Amino acid sequence: MSPLLFLLLAALTVASALTVVVHQNPVHSACALVLTLCLLAVFFLGLDAQLVALLQVIVYAGAIVVLFLFVIMLLNLQVEARAMAGTLLVGTAAVGGVALAVLIVTALRRAAPPAGRGVPAGFGETAALARQLFTVYLLPFELTSLLLLVAIVGAVALAKKPS
Amino acid sequence: MTPPLAWYLGLSAVLFAIGVLGVLIRRNVIVIFMAIELMLNAVNLSFVALARSLGSMDGQVIVFFVMTVAAAEAAVGLAIILSMFRNRETTNADELATLKW
Amino acid sequence: MVIETTWLGWIVALPALGVLFNVFVGRRATGAVELVGPGLVGAAFALAVWAALRRPEGGALHDHVYTWIVAGPFRAEAGLRLDALAMVMTLVVTGVGFLIHIYSVGYMHGDQGFARYFAYLNLFTTAMLILVLADNLVLLFVGWEGVGLCSYLLIGFWYEKPENAAAGKKAFLVNRVGDAGFLLGLFLIVATLGNHGIWTLDVAALEQHRDLLREVAPWVCLLLFVGATGKSAQLPLYVWLPDAMAGPTPVSALIHAATMVTAGVYMIARLHFLYALAPAALAVVAVVGALTALFAAAVATAQMDIKKVLAYSTVSQLGYMFLGLGVGATGAAVFHLVTHAFFKALLFLGAGSVIHGLGGEQDMERMGGLGTRMRITFVTMAAGTLAIAGVPPFSGFFSKDEILWNACAGAFPVLGVIGLLVAFLTAFYTGRLFCMTFFGECRASEDVQHHLHESPAVMTLPLVVLAVLACAGGFLDVPGLLGGEGHEAHAPLAFMLLATALAAGGLGLAWALYVKWPGLPSLVAWRLGAFYRLVRDKFRVDELYDAAVVRPVFALAEVSATRIDPQLIDGAVNGAGRVVSATSGAWRRYQTGNVQHYALSFLAGALALLGYWVTR
Repeated sequence: MSPLLFLLLAALTVASALTVVVHQNPVHSACALVLTLCLLAVFFLGLDAQLVALLQVIVYAGAIVVLFLFVIMLLNLQVEARAMAGTLLVGTAAVGGVALAVLIVTALRRAAPPAGRGVPAGFGETAALARQLFTVYLLPFELTSLLLLVAIVGAVALAKKPS
Repeated sequence: MTPPLAWYLGLSAVLFAIGVLGVLIRRNVIVIFMAIELMLNAVNLSFVALARSLGSMDGQVIVFFVMTVAAAEAAVGLAIILSMFRNRETTNADELATLKW
Repeated sequence: MVIETTWLGWIVALPALGVLFNVFVGRRATGAVELVGPGLVGAAFALAVWAALRRPEGGALHDHVYTWIVAGPFRAEAGLRLDALAMVMTLVVTGVGFLIHIYSVGYMHGDQGFARYFAYLNLFTTAMLILVLADNLVLLFVGWEGVGLCSYLLIGFWYEKPENAAAGKKAFLVNRVGDAGFLLGLFLIVATLGNHGIWTLDVAALEQHRDLLREVAPWVCLLLFVGATGKSAQLPLYVWLPDAMAGPTPVSALIHAATMVTAGVYMIARLHFLYALAPAALAVVAVVGALTALFAAAVATAQMDIKKVLAYSTVSQLGYMFLGLGVGATGAAVFHLVTHAFFKALLFLGAGSVIHGLGGEQDMERMGGLGTRMRITFVTMAAGTLAIAGVPPFSGFFSKDEILWNACAGAFPVLGVIGLLVAFLTAFYTGRLFCMTFFGECRASEDVQHHLHESPAVMTLPLVVLAVLACAGGFLDVPGLLGGEGHEAHAPLAFMLLATALAAGGLGLAWALYVKWPGLPSLVAWRLGAFYRLVRDKFRVDELYDAAVVRPVFALAEVSATRIDPQLIDGAVNGAGRVVSATSGAWRRYQTGNVQHYALSFLAGALALLGYWVTR
């Protein structure tokens, strides 16, 4: 993608991320989160990660955030009067956050840029991903499926009404 | 002409910092959770950018796994919040401070 | 020459077996104790006689029982050595001890602690035998401490009365002070010899290497003498002996007349080769001995309790022995030790017989006229009185005479003059004791007079045996037996006559004051007023010690218990606890329970790490 497009989308992404964090109404925060995720999916497309972008939209934006909204609705959360912590904490956190960003950027700039290799054919396609997933990363794949099973059981057990 | 790698990584850093901010300053536990998801996504962006830069699919595989685990984590975490709400009728982080001295 | 044996140790082991028997079986079998207690000591005596006969002329028997201490280069054996000196002492300890054991069977009859008494008595005998037979100073010290312990146990035998327990405690504590000096002396010896690579306290070895101890000899001798002062009741550590009369009378006879208190004399006699290197120390010994003899004799003249008179008499006679050692007449001193054992034990046992007959009365002002009612006691005590006064041909005459002549002919004749004065006083106060007890009208109450009787045979038989020894003991050639160490000249006839005259004069004065004109003593006491009272109150030495030593120690203990311990030490410990509490109280505010605060801590840590990596 062109640099101009990148900068535009980046600005938008940062803005929506800030909205997630700052906005009082939790539902609005969730919607802003959806926007952020979709914008990130666009970035992924620009980076030749087609399958990942698709998964981002379907799984993340489509399932996880919806789950969030379900819970918000279920708990019938109202807009709270004081949504944020005290001034001291906010100030400290802001300083900390800025420092973090600066430090990471500095660290990355110090690091030697990796040798730009060419992108092989079929990069980012389903076949390529699947080839890696089911051969080299087979064990983590199976373990992750096990993890999902455990998570399902755990979530059901935790959320059950006490009988 | 694709933007240089550094821009992507910088964007990722900024998003991550915003996520950290969110965790620290919001009172509502669900919004805190959302900020955590934001942090995870920032890291995903880093991985994908580096995968492309190095020409290796490994980065995208990792992103795949991250998404899966994030989903599991979100499910369990929200279940915990639900049961906490049942007990205490609140989602305010300040009021969930039973580990106080 | 030295002959090695394996059976010498049995002399020590037999009384020890008695201890075990009396402790474990004695409680239930009093009759058996009557046989076993004295019997084992008698067996030890027989064995000692056998050993004496087997001893080679001018040599010794040795028994290496086992190797006791091996600490680096330092070795101390548990070994026994019977040379001439040890032979004399062993025979006295076992012989006189045997007689006193038999006497005790009668005296302590019916007492609740009968078995315990004989256990202690046997233990004492064991410890004393270890002391005299030890071939090295460490083992000697074991015996030294052992007799001190038994002394404490036996003085406070009737501990239900607090003053008896206190007397026992006093004996032990005062002895301790002396023992500290003794130990310091031992340490000095070891250190000095250690510098030359010799690490032992074996007496034979010390004699061999005595030249190496030449520089430290005065100090060593003085320190060891401090120990002797405590154990043998000389100035200034004699104060325990008069109080020790709180124990049963046979105990007084054995421990404080015949055996334990002579340990100091024995020790110096054993180490005479060391004292020969330090004439200054010997002079100190002689002076202390003479002064003690005079002091104690003076106090004895004004005492009313029959046992107290004999106690001070013991202190005085021990002073004689140290005087003898100090002027180089070692053989004479040991000779006097032996004869003193005979007649002092006789006097004590006789006093015990009197007390027994009077149903427990010890105050001489309530005695009198017992001569006709207690015949055997009367005759035997007469023998003892004549012996201690130094009337020839009784034993005391020979031994005292040797010491006095050597004192007068020595470096400081004034000590000899003091000795002669003490001889006069000795005759006087012993005569006084005899006259007040056995002559004149009986001043006891009606009830007591009604029950007055002579003691049973088990008590009078030892008296008779001791009386024979007191009479004939003078003819034992003890100084010759111990070899010719130092010059021991025999006194000229004129001197002997002088001594006899003094003895006769003392006895005569006692007769005059207490039989002929009984009213005179109180008149004299009244005339002398305050001085008399001072002498009677034993020069108030105990009160002085109490004020100068005991009270400050108690005050210090008071301060420690009420101030230092609760406030300082407990305060420090509690304070440490309080500091920890306060600190943790301040720290725990960090745990707010708020998860976001914890997350902030995470962030801070992460920033720190990142910063470190980035700036490295």
